[in-house]
Amino acid sequence: MNPKRARSAPQRTQDTQPEADTWTLRLYVAGQTTKSMTAFVNLRRICEEHLAGRYQIEVIDLLENPHLAQGDQILAIPTLVRKLPVPVRKIIGDLSNTERVLIGLDLVSRKVGGDHATKETA
Amino acid sequence: MASAQAQLPKSPTGILGLDAITGGGLPKGRPTLICGSAGCGKTLLAMEFLVRGATQFDEPGVFMAFEETTEELTQNVASLGFDLNDLAKHKKIVLDFVYIERSEVEETGAYDLEGLFIRLGHAIDSIHAKRVVLDTIESLFAGLPNPLILRAELRRLFRWLKAKGVTAIITGERGDETLTRQGLEEYVSDCVIVLDHRTTEQTSTRRLRVVKYRGSVHGTNEYPFLIDESGISLLPITSLGLQHTTTNERISSGIPRLDAMLGGMGFYRGSSVLISGTAGTGKTSFAAHVVDATCRRGERVLYFTFEESANQITRNMRSIGIDLHPWVQHDLLHFEATRPSFTGLEMHLTLMHKAINRFKPQVVVVDPLNSFVVADNVSEVKAMLMRLVDFLKLQQITGLFTSLTAGGDTIEQTDVAISSLIDTWLLLRSIELGGERNRGLYVLKSRGMAHSNQIREFLLTDHGVELRDVYVGPSGVLTGSARLAQEAQEQSALVLRQQEADRKRLELQRKRTQLEAQISAMRTAFAEQEADLLQDIAQEQMRETLLLREREDMAQSRKADAPANQHTGDPA
Repeated sequence: MNPKRARSAPQRTQDTQPEADTWTLRLYVAGQTTKSMTAFVNLRRICEEHLAGRYQIEVIDLLENPHLAQGDQILAIPTLVRKLPVPVRKIIGDLSNTERVLIGLDLVSRKVGGDHATKETA
Repeated sequence: MASAQAQLPKSPTGILGLDAITGGGLPKGRPTLICGSAGCGKTLLAMEFLVRGATQFDEPGVFMAFEETTEELTQNVASLGFDLNDLAKHKKIVLDFVYIERSEVEETGAYDLEGLFIRLGHAIDSIHAKRVVLDTIESLFAGLPNPLILRAELRRLFRWLKAKGVTAIITGERGDETLTRQGLEEYVSDCVIVLDHRTTEQTSTRRLRVVKYRGSVHGTNEYPFLIDESGISLLPITSLGLQHTTTNERISSGIPRLDAMLGGMGFYRGSSVLISGTAGTGKTSFAAHVVDATCRRGERVLYFTFEESANQITRNMRSIGIDLHPWVQHDLLHFEATRPSFTGLEMHLTLMHKAINRFKPQVVVVDPLNSFVVADNVSEVKAMLMRLVDFLKLQQITGLFTSLTAGGDTIEQTDVAISSLIDTWLLLRSIELGGERNRGLYVLKSRGMAHSNQIREFLLTDHGVELRDVYVGPSGVLTGSARLAQEAQEQSALVLRQQEADRKRLELQRKRTQLEAQISAMRTAFAEQEADLLQDIAQEQMRETLLLREREDMAQSRKADAPANQHTGDPA
């Protein structure tokens, strides 16, 4: 358990630092579908919980801007792309599985994600 | 079925042969599945369909690549003369590389492939594409989690493609038990084409088979195909059936006396001619005559040689007085010299097809046929030749084949057993007689014409093949010195007969002279007698006249008589 805490601790410290990088998240959707709405709501909730004050969400509706799909190699909808910090991460689905979202965004370590999830849901 | 074929609109591929076996191309506005193992040409076939659509049929296309980047694709097909950059610049083609890496994607809940749809839809709309290629969509299964969602989405994708009205090609890797690893054939049910790449006898051949084509008749066989610098070409010969048009036009063999044996006029145009014979019987020389005669008519000859080089043939034929070199220079004759072991049979056939299509000859020579036969591939050679003969006949090209037969008792049997395909079969053989080997020729068969049934001896002279007169001796046809002896004998008999006739003519002359002399002597004698007699007659007449006058004078002087009426009146 300790390594996990050690890992997340620096992030929290970064959180408090005023010069901390702002996370740029881009959510690709296609129209106002249920999945898209769910994804957006989930994303807001997760960000507020883990990245409060230092995130920026950009929602791109591919129905309006279809040409943007190619640039970020979007196939699945909804797709969340972490543009910053690098490296770029991609998460598909409606983000209802919070634990997997955190893993995908590198907010928790991949190896111990399972334990973390059980704790969170509990 | 035929009416369905007429109704079903098709999208021509522009690929040589593929349109022929599919009756005009792929089903228009529907997806087609092309599957096969690695390296059998799926991507290339799909790309050629797209490029030819854009360049030849004014149907722009979208290529969505899941495995190769657009740069790689562009480089790969540049060797076939396809300039994708240029086509993309002119809005004829859109290349879209879809990158998916499983390790970089985290699935966090329900998703769909709307992004792919939008992306593809955008690409289609941007150039008003009529054709779409998805290569290889199965990569999605490796790249994205949750196959259940993927399957549902693929089903939706194919419906969506149909609704879009684009003609699509979906490629798929061949699976163990199924046509594709992910069973794509379940979703694409309109047209399924399987490509295959097999190696037999150390020669690899790519083959194509239309497994399914809903609503259309199609060739069902495996058709070998070839990828070369001009793309894919397919040989659908066996699908064509026996529907050659025939002509009554005859073409000369270049040997007048051989023409005479063939009903007096030579071969039929567009027929297949086989010259078979044992080694050294002059098969190539006969072929050279035909070549020479054809070029003299201003027609073109394509000469496939598998044992001799072009130069060697030209040199050798010069020794019998046939100079083929000028014809080569005038572009009427072209040699294609390859080793039989150079490629597999199918490849040979394909190469021959391409050469024939390029050169457009009226006569094709294959010298010799049976160099293709190695080990026990006779049936394959026969199948190949059947397709070659069919192809030639369809184009009204006269095919001249030579075949080397092994000496011995099966001389009427060619090694490749293609006699049934041949219209005119000339058999050359060595005739052993009187301790000599001489060359004989006979017409084993010649369909559709009266032909000589004689065995003729021929000589290879410095002015070509020369057929000699026939001398039949007690033991068959006389050849060589036996024939010469016979000729001499006949010659001397002729001389004797002539001498006899001369003698008789002289005697007749003599008799006539004699007779004429007699006649003239008799004439002379008669003339003399005649003159005498005439003189006698004249004298006699003169004497008679004189006598009469004397008597009158005498009576006058005697006044012996008065006129008769005065005498009777006076006394009264």
